[in-house]
Amino acid sequence: MTTSMDSRADRPRPGETDRLLEVKDLHVEFHSREGVAHAINGVDLHLDRGETLAVLGESGSGKSVTAQAIMGILDMPPAVIPRGQILFQGRDLLTMKPRERRAVRGAEIAMIFQDALSSLNPVFPVGWQIAEMFRQHRGLNRSDAKAQAIRLMELVNIPAAKERVNAYPHQFSGGMRQRIMIAMAVALDPKVLIADEPTTALDVTVQAQVMDLLKELQAQFHMGLILITHDLGVVADIADRINVMYGGSIMESADVRDLYAHPGHPYTQGLLDSIPRLDMKGQELYAIKGLPPSLMRMPSGCPFHPRCAHAQDVCRSEFPPRVELGPRHESACHFAQEVVRG
Amino acid sequence: MTESTNSRPDSGADLRHPGELEAVAGGSAVAVAGADGDRVRSVTGDAWRELRRKPLFWVSAVIIVVFVVMAVAPGLFTSVDPREAVLSEASKTPDGQNIFGRDRQGYDIYSRCIYGARASILVGLLAVIGTVIIGTLLGLVAGYRGGLIDSVLGRVAEVFFALPLLLGAVIILYTIQGEDDGYFTIVLQVSLVLVVLGWPNIFRLLRSSVLQVKPNDYVQAARALGASPTRISFSHILPNAIGPVIVVSTINLGVYISSEAALSFLGIGLRPPTVSWGVMISQATDSMRSAPHTLLFPALFLSLAVLGFIMLGDAVRDALDPKSKSR
Amino acid sequence: MSKYALRRLIQMIPVVLGVTFLIYALVYALPGDPTAGKCGERPCSPAYVAEFRKTYNLNDPLPLQYVKYLGNVVQGDLGESQYGQPIRDELAERFGTTFKLGVVALVFEVVVGLLAGVLAALRRGGFLDNLVLVSTLFVIAIPVFVTGRALQLYLGVRAGLFPATVSFEPTWFELLLPGFVLGSTSLAYLARLMRTNLGDNLSADYVRTAHAKGLSTRRVVGVHALRNSMIPVVTFIGYDFGALLGGAIITEGIFNVPGVGQYVFRAINDRDGQVVVGTVTALVLVYLVANLVVDLLYAYLDPRISHD
Repeated sequence: MTTSMDSRADRPRPGETDRLLEVKDLHVEFHSREGVAHAINGVDLHLDRGETLAVLGESGSGKSVTAQAIMGILDMPPAVIPRGQILFQGRDLLTMKPRERRAVRGAEIAMIFQDALSSLNPVFPVGWQIAEMFRQHRGLNRSDAKAQAIRLMELVNIPAAKERVNAYPHQFSGGMRQRIMIAMAVALDPKVLIADEPTTALDVTVQAQVMDLLKELQAQFHMGLILITHDLGVVADIADRINVMYGGSIMESADVRDLYAHPGHPYTQGLLDSIPRLDMKGQELYAIKGLPPSLMRMPSGCPFHPRCAHAQDVCRSEFPPRVELGPRHESACHFAQEVVRG
Repeated sequence: MTESTNSRPDSGADLRHPGELEAVAGGSAVAVAGADGDRVRSVTGDAWRELRRKPLFWVSAVIIVVFVVMAVAPGLFTSVDPREAVLSEASKTPDGQNIFGRDRQGYDIYSRCIYGARASILVGLLAVIGTVIIGTLLGLVAGYRGGLIDSVLGRVAEVFFALPLLLGAVIILYTIQGEDDGYFTIVLQVSLVLVVLGWPNIFRLLRSSVLQVKPNDYVQAARALGASPTRISFSHILPNAIGPVIVVSTINLGVYISSEAALSFLGIGLRPPTVSWGVMISQATDSMRSAPHTLLFPALFLSLAVLGFIMLGDAVRDALDPKSKSR
Repeated sequence: MSKYALRRLIQMIPVVLGVTFLIYALVYALPGDPTAGKCGERPCSPAYVAEFRKTYNLNDPLPLQYVKYLGNVVQGDLGESQYGQPIRDELAERFGTTFKLGVVALVFEVVVGLLAGVLAALRRGGFLDNLVLVSTLFVIAIPVFVTGRALQLYLGVRAGLFPATVSFEPTWFELLLPGFVLGSTSLAYLARLMRTNLGDNLSADYVRTAHAKGLSTRRVVGVHALRNSMIPVVTFIGYDFGALLGGAIITEGIFNVPGVGQYVFRAINDRDGQVVVGTVTALVLVYLVANLVVDLLYAYLDPRISHD
């Protein structure tokens, strides 16, 4: 079983490219009594094998909703996907039969969440929860599945895995719990791993260890990794490419170095300027003025215009087109060229 | 009947996921980390606005108001004397003259139903007022002071809590009851027993609620400003902690009314010649095979009153805690 | 687990002592004539009063009285009825029937109540949800003795579907209707509790995780969410057991079920105080034991309690 999967991961089948995931013009709405909230408005993104894509944004920017739409774990209703495609290795997840979709979920595309304590089921042993992947997706028997669970707990460096396999989530520290989440997610060698704020709930020292583990596993299994975060510091370290989200749309997409060196969107600039820097010690910290938009009452035109220093009349009326600023560097801003030149 | 509502076990910690999905699905715009304190303070205003929109609230409020008026001024609803027996018309079925008919002793059932409201409402109100006063005061002290006094009160409450309502009431009432206690004596006895057995419920509820409110900034601020413990307890903690107590007490009012009727049915609550729904039902059960209407009407009144308070409690709960809203 | 069980057992001791003391204090130590109403309709003779005071050690100081009383209770001596029959013997004879009735009531409560709650939670806001909400509200509002009498009359006497009263050695079938009546209120509460609780759990993070693992909806709900929802349900059943025992007095009285409840029901009518107090004390103790069992079950269901 394992060997066949490994060979599949190493050698692309004929006709299969490195492109794992391609999201096209994705829209997500939430329907409630109060009205319709436009959480995602035409998101495009793609992910290649072995690549790390960071999706950066404040809360409410739609980054988690995007992730959950890809996973297919949005509550529908109230969520509705009126338009868009999510292609996984060329097949549209949104038009798949529920059974096929479920086979992809967890096995091919896996996800880890921010708060491991509440994301793990409190009443089952951690080993049982990892083993469940093998029992449900692979039909392994109890003892084989448990052996796999121990193997995975060792893989994510949980000390005394054999003894702790029957322990419950609350008996682990925050960092260890997140490792268990990771073990569960990579259990079946998924091709895509989505990590939604995986370290936000952890202590700073533990954060680094967990990120290192993620990086290591990604390299080892050659996974595509989507890292969802609001933390620019985490991103610089690990990501190859960054998508900056705001108000349910992707504002800028670029390689990490490119984005840090030549931000092509006022919002990105604002984010970068608000990072405290050692060489600017003593100066006042920069903060983007205003608040993120309400999804119920999205501003017309560019969603960022109420907070943007560059805003002109056109920004208030028209959604900005995507402007190509260089190889693999796009910005959705009417004045992208001016912004990037500074 | 059962006092089960009392301790509807807490539905556990709030496990809903934070972040944008929740904020969006709740329709309340984007979460901009609202301080907990602010939310608690505006809760009463929000709750009232929420309540006013609910038909459930209005239906239950009307039912309750009608019964309360009935208890205060039964003369508004009927001019027939509930104690005037017309034996020749005993067990008469409803007709134009006696719209609910007459019972086996020849009493007018409609009139007795009206006059019977007083005993039930009185027992319910007295019991709830008693449990709320005792439970709130002790709960406030235990939650605010903590330490030894908290554990002592907790232990005492645990003992009282371990005595089930109906069983405890049977044992106590049976013992303290004299043969010829008057109307108000019995009403007081029944209420008192319900208070003795019911206060730990309110105590526990308020204590845990106080523990949740205590760490809030505005309480700490009041403390830093040198407000006295009494002042902090009553003007800062209590108003923010009392919500669950209001909900449960409203429901309890219905439960206590029902309990009083059950005790009367068993023959250890109110007794004839007192006019009460429980007594009427108890008497009607003997004759219900031949005259089911003698059971129907008092049972209807009793159930409606209980229903009113339970529905009101539900409506208030939903209004105070929008998350539990049954969409 | 066993450490937890031991702790619970030890914690229960002060509660049992406290409850028995409470009953004792309320029944025997309150000012007033403790023999009032203990001799049927007439007042007791001086000889009886003297005998009574001696039997119940009422001439001793209160703490000593209590200790002696407790000693009797522990040995199973609950006193005698006014006809001189030991209450213990009567209870032993009647207990099996009440147990049988309790089982019927619990089965109704758990099976129907949980099922209704789960279906309502899965279809929030749907027809079934509203049906469960409204019907449980009515069941809760209508007193058991009314439901009991009404069902007895219409299903038993008029329609003849069920026996209206039961025989001396009741069969399961005979106990079906009384059991349903006894369990009906609890059933309604349980359905509402399950609905709210499962509803909350369905939006919990770990349920989202379970979906993300690619599990079938049946498994996500039936294993992950339901297992967590059983925790408050078990607490409720334990707590509600006291109400069930109290309800047995009413139900057994109505349907003439020859159990412990009917014994109390009759004793109240016969004004046999010793039987009322002794039997109810026994029922309270049964309730406490049942709660201990529930606590242990609770610990099994919620590892956060037992594995520290």
